[in-house]
Amino acid sequence: MADLSIEFAGIKAPNPFWLASAPPTDKAYNVVRAFEAGWGGVVWKTLGEDPAAVNVSSRYSAHFGANRQVQGINNIELITDRSLEINLREITQVKKDWPDRALIVSLMVPCIEESWKFILPLVEATGADGIELNFGCPHGMPERGMGAAVGQVPEYVEMVTRWCKTHCALPVIVKLTPNITDIRQSARAAHRGGADAVSLINTINSITSVDLDRMVAHPIVGDQSTHGGYCGSAVKPIALNMVAEIARDPETQGLPICGIGGIGTWRDAAEFIALGSGAVQVCTAAMLHGFRIVDDMKDGLARWMDQHGHRNLEAFRGLAVGHTTDWKYLDINYQSVAHIDQDACIGCGRCHIACEDTSHQAIASTLKADGTHAYSVIEAECVGCNLCQITCPVEGCIDMQAQDTGKPYMNWTQDPRNPYREAG
Amino acid sequence: MIDALNHLPRPRAGADQLAEAFSDLAPPLTARQAAVESARCLYCYDAPCVNACPSEIDIPSFIHRISDENLQGAAERILSANILGGSCARVCPTEILCQQACVRNNAQECAPVLIGQLQRYALDHAGFTEHPFQRSPASGKRIAVVGAGPAGLSCAHRLAMHGHDVVIFEAREKAGGLNEYGIARYKLVDDYAQREVEFLLGIGGIEIRHGQRLGANLSLGELHAQYDAVFLGLGLAAVRQLGLADEDAPGLLAATEYIRELRQADDLTQLPLADRCLVLGAGNTAIDMAVQMSCLGAREVNLVYRRGVSDMGATDHEQEIAKHNQVRLHTWARPEAVLLDDTGRVRGMRFARTQLVDGRLGDTGETFELAADAIFKAIGQRFDDASLADPLAAQLARDGERIQVDAHMQTSVPGIYAGGDCTALGQDLTVQAVQHGKLAAEAIHAQLMLNVEAA
Repeated sequence: MADLSIEFAGIKAPNPFWLASAPPTDKAYNVVRAFEAGWGGVVWKTLGEDPAAVNVSSRYSAHFGANRQVQGINNIELITDRSLEINLREITQVKKDWPDRALIVSLMVPCIEESWKFILPLVEATGADGIELNFGCPHGMPERGMGAAVGQVPEYVEMVTRWCKTHCALPVIVKLTPNITDIRQSARAAHRGGADAVSLINTINSITSVDLDRMVAHPIVGDQSTHGGYCGSAVKPIALNMVAEIARDPETQGLPICGIGGIGTWRDAAEFIALGSGAVQVCTAAMLHGFRIVDDMKDGLARWMDQHGHRNLEAFRGLAVGHTTDWKYLDINYQSVAHIDQDACIGCGRCHIACEDTSHQAIASTLKADGTHAYSVIEAECVGCNLCQITCPVEGCIDMQAQDTGKPYMNWTQDPRNPYREAG
Repeated sequence: MIDALNHLPRPRAGADQLAEAFSDLAPPLTARQAAVESARCLYCYDAPCVNACPSEIDIPSFIHRISDENLQGAAERILSANILGGSCARVCPTEILCQQACVRNNAQECAPVLIGQLQRYALDHAGFTEHPFQRSPASGKRIAVVGAGPAGLSCAHRLAMHGHDVVIFEAREKAGGLNEYGIARYKLVDDYAQREVEFLLGIGGIEIRHGQRLGANLSLGELHAQYDAVFLGLGLAAVRQLGLADEDAPGLLAATEYIRELRQADDLTQLPLADRCLVLGAGNTAIDMAVQMSCLGAREVNLVYRRGVSDMGATDHEQEIAKHNQVRLHTWARPEAVLLDDTGRVRGMRFARTQLVDGRLGDTGETFELAADAIFKAIGQRFDDASLADPLAAQLARDGERIQVDAHMQTSVPGIYAGGDCTALGQDLTVQAVQHGKLAAEAIHAQLMLNVEAA
């Protein structure tokens, strides 16, 4: 079996699956259960200054797909609502009992050097393997000048990171908020401040739904609501992009990335690793299914690695980064055309109507003798957009086939149709 | 009570047990089941299920609305195409119509969306506080509809919607036609046929006159003269004969007659029970008869058909119901003689074994006998010739014995339209009759309006 063990920013773990700083890592009871289930590490739910935060009821709401499949969860829970002393005591004990697992402590204190100077030695004394700076929490804490309020200002990110590196010997992971315009600015700031790694994404500002009878958004607290942080499967595409942006940014080359955002399967994890992540953090999937899912994720990832000859995670980490580029470098001369496997086609007509109404009128519908319809691609009209393949309910029925155009690679910077093309 | 069976015993089971035996064959979906099932619909475009529905219900749309928690919208979608969508949801052979065509019924998945059940769910839970369709301003036109079965009711409703006044002439005490008198009891429970008629009449402008039988106290000539148009939605009231001696002996009767009695019975414990029951035929009526007698507690129910399983009119689904109810099927056997006891009552039947010789059905020379306390004929119904005996009716062109109609359900006599089982168009199905009635109403409306404009 493939070796899943990692060393991420100097922190060792038996596997790359860590639980993110969130309710599942709120206290020793949960964390011990997670370690028993086989998680490689946890990021302990964010510690802050006493007095501890106070939470409201209710706290979560969800965006559902068909059949109540949870696409994403929104939460308005704050950092730990237990005292610093209790948390530190439990962390010390858990690390002592589980020395082989990664135990990272998430921190959020006011943007004052003294506050960090106070808490950092206390955390270091627990024996924890590293700290993660919570610069991302988008709800509640920013109103108090913490969380995303820090993460959204690169100068603050850099400054606080530097304080931590100054006053603490542990590896410092900076957790980034996605509620910004360009994630690279935050990552570069963390890098300048001396961060050992970045982790991303934190949750995204969200309102999941509105109760139309009561005219109040979810989750409801009394007769009010507030925006929360969105996570789960729905945010994965956003997270993957942000991870890739940092991974391919020359200014942050080599900065370890811990991928977070909608990871629920081994395949999700493999994708984050392929885009450069050295470890991944999971929360929503565990909240929906329990800690046992790590077993399936480890097993699936190891088998996939075996099948592809990857002996360890470094063997395929970042392999997709080089294939991620700016739009302007894409091959304008590349052409793919949809092909419908008539034997697999079930005749639902979804490809046809999608193309006919909203794309390029490239799928013909032909009435058959029995009153049903046959669908075929008009190749001359097909731009290879993939929409038909996306709408098709039968996997593999529509294949996007690369065409041999006989033309060489040419990107937009070279294209004669581009009035601003580069000379040469 | 049926005289021909009065000598038979009554069911051993009590009322509660029989009520259970005749409860809903396909229990309704729960809200959760409907949510799961509606989400399975792929919302096909030019959907094969719609193509397969004789009444052209926009199935993807109504299912999408169920999924969207818009049950009234879903129900309206169904009813706008098929005002008897509730009974069709229950009695349609969906396994050979929409659900057979469903794209999820392919070799990879083998599981069509339960369209019939979803249709029932939408209509059962629509919660209309008033009739969902409004009548157009009164046209001043009056149309006579003969027969308050699915075709006649559908035609009447659509005509009423267009602002015309309708009088339905019905021979029997109740409206509904086969839904009321001919469908197995466990397929339409809780007096659904009557509740549906009541709902349909909610549009207003429709009067039903009972006890009016064409060819008896009603003449087509008079209707044609008195009304702006006439729609014939006649059923097939006559039963085919076996052509054997002693066919009228006590213990031998038409399955439809027994089924009608059973459907109307307030007290199932008072029905005659044929402990050893013999049903002749292989259509859905034969199955309905056999299964219902089994439900009443018959110990031995035999169904005999002169050809093979592949020739049977009953769908696979119906045959499964029969098997599930311990009905024994005998194929390749032709009734040869009714066997009577000393008192002249039916005691069984002798059959000649049959085979195909050069594509034609012939006897093998072998015979066998089956004992029976009663024999039920379900070998098909035919047109009651007396109903079309008056001079004008006699002019109607026929297609075999049925009334000939064009694509607009117009007969050979201008102003007279026909639909449902009395015509040869399409299949003999409730949903087909509903479509005929709807099409005829549209044709009548178009013709009448044309005349108005011309005038």
